[in-house]
Amino acid sequence: MDLFDSVFLAKASFIGIVFAITLGIAAYSTYFERKIAAFMQDRIGPDRAGPFGILQPLADAVKMFMKEDFIPANSNKWLFIMGPCLSMLTALMTSAVVPFGDTITIGDVTFDLQGIDVNIGILWVFGIVSLGVYGILIGGWASNNKYSLLGAIRAASQNISYELAMGLSIIAILMMTGSLSTKAIVEAQQNGHWNILYQPMGFIIFLICAFAECNRTPFDLPECETELIGGYHTEYSSMKLGFYLFAEYINMFISGAVMATLYFGGYDYPGIDFVTAQLGATAATLIGAGALIGKSLAFVFIFMWVRWTLPRFRYDQLMGLGWSGLIPLAMFNVVVTGLGILLDQQILIGIGGVVVFIAGIVVYDQLFVKKKIA
Amino acid sequence: MKLSNRSKVVEQGEMTLAERMYLPAIVGGMATTLKHFFSKPVTIRYPEQTRYLGPIYRGHHILKKDEQGAERCTACGLCAVACPAEAISMVAEERKKGEEKLYREEKYAKVYEINMLRCIFCGLCEEACPKEAIFLRHDQMVPVFSSRDEVIYGKDKLVEKMDQRYLREGWK
Repeated sequence: MDLFDSVFLAKASFIGIVFAITLGIAAYSTYFERKIAAFMQDRIGPDRAGPFGILQPLADAVKMFMKEDFIPANSNKWLFIMGPCLSMLTALMTSAVVPFGDTITIGDVTFDLQGIDVNIGILWVFGIVSLGVYGILIGGWASNNKYSLLGAIRAASQNISYELAMGLSIIAILMMTGSLSTKAIVEAQQNGHWNILYQPMGFIIFLICAFAECNRTPFDLPECETELIGGYHTEYSSMKLGFYLFAEYINMFISGAVMATLYFGGYDYPGIDFVTAQLGATAATLIGAGALIGKSLAFVFIFMWVRWTLPRFRYDQLMGLGWSGLIPLAMFNVVVTGLGILLDQQILIGIGGVVVFIAGIVVYDQLFVKKKIA
Repeated sequence: MKLSNRSKVVEQGEMTLAERMYLPAIVGGMATTLKHFFSKPVTIRYPEQTRYLGPIYRGHHILKKDEQGAERCTACGLCAVACPAEAISMVAEERKKGEEKLYREEKYAKVYEINMLRCIFCGLCEEACPKEAIFLRHDQMVPVFSSRDEVIYGKDKLVEKMDQRYLREGWK
């Protein structure tokens, strides 16, 4: 009974902390989204609520709760309510398998800085992300509005298309690590052997797919306001709309954490041995957790940076890029990685693969693409 | 037939490989936004910060006094005649003995009112005035009002205060 108590306590408090961090970061992402947009357009951004406007998320939340919560008369009421709840639920569930650090021991309670260490870790992420489409799809369908339905259909087909390329880009990593467990993947990358060095092409594919999975610009076709008014959340108002928007920011943060786990060494950081010797294992682990969060926040910044730079794709371009661009490229990456493992020269072959790919494209362009003589 | 030889036929050739790959253009675009990210904002936080609007901006009206503190206005009515919006009205009065310090000419405006809802800030009153009495100041605007009672500005709001005289750049 004692063991159960301590394990339960450790897990419960860890999950509580992860929830608080995730929700806090998602709330402040809305603020930084506006600030970054403003800076990139030579403006100042929100600066009225509190110093530098740091109370803006609070003001937004109050606004969201105060607004009229409208449910259209011809909508399917229960599904309409379920849509944003499912979105939020799946967004929060993904973080369960992200390892935020090794174990730390306080008193006689051992905290494992990971929600669940299952041997199918990365499959869990994929499964939950796939379920995330249901939130959008159900919300869009239950609204009984053609724009919402179109947005929902777009979201579904886009997520299915890009999940393929994403899964194929992960296969290369699984080949190198030999395990689906996120913890094992991170431990294989300790001491600076980050997967980005071995898998530059796989990382680019994964990054592009992550943009598409999070429905962020340039792939935000499900909610493009010029074509579909609001997309799947056209009919939503008040905190239900807030849940959809909030889920998007949580997804951004979690996908940043997953990318850091898979390609940037997770909680690894330079000088970890020195810190362990100086300050002890607990401090080193906590700094590692901070490093992981810092890496994911850097990815969140890249998400926003791209959003305020690039225009939106056309839908056929989106599908073309996914099916005829990224999936063959990911397959090529798998072959290159296999060759690297076979010859035991992974970095060299990885870079060689990129060079061969670019050279191949140039040769193909020269030989087969007809040029109009100007 | 060509009207001039300046027209150019623009031939947009096939996109090059680099252009079809999008990536160089994306990197260039991201560099541009990053450059702006670190550049100084151009925003002026208006109610707290005001911008200099130039030496000839037409703002709040002022009825000038001379160096001795006597009002220059002689209630000739030329400003009211010139006003295209008919915003100005006045009542003239003869100067009494002992009021020479207060009024420069033998006739003065007992009441001088400008309706700020009618005024279009064209500055024609300033041009029409033969006594250099009315000006639109460049450094101050007519404040926002919320009630119609505040709209008609009388002499209490228009006449220059001797402790805060209005000087234009050319007059100094």
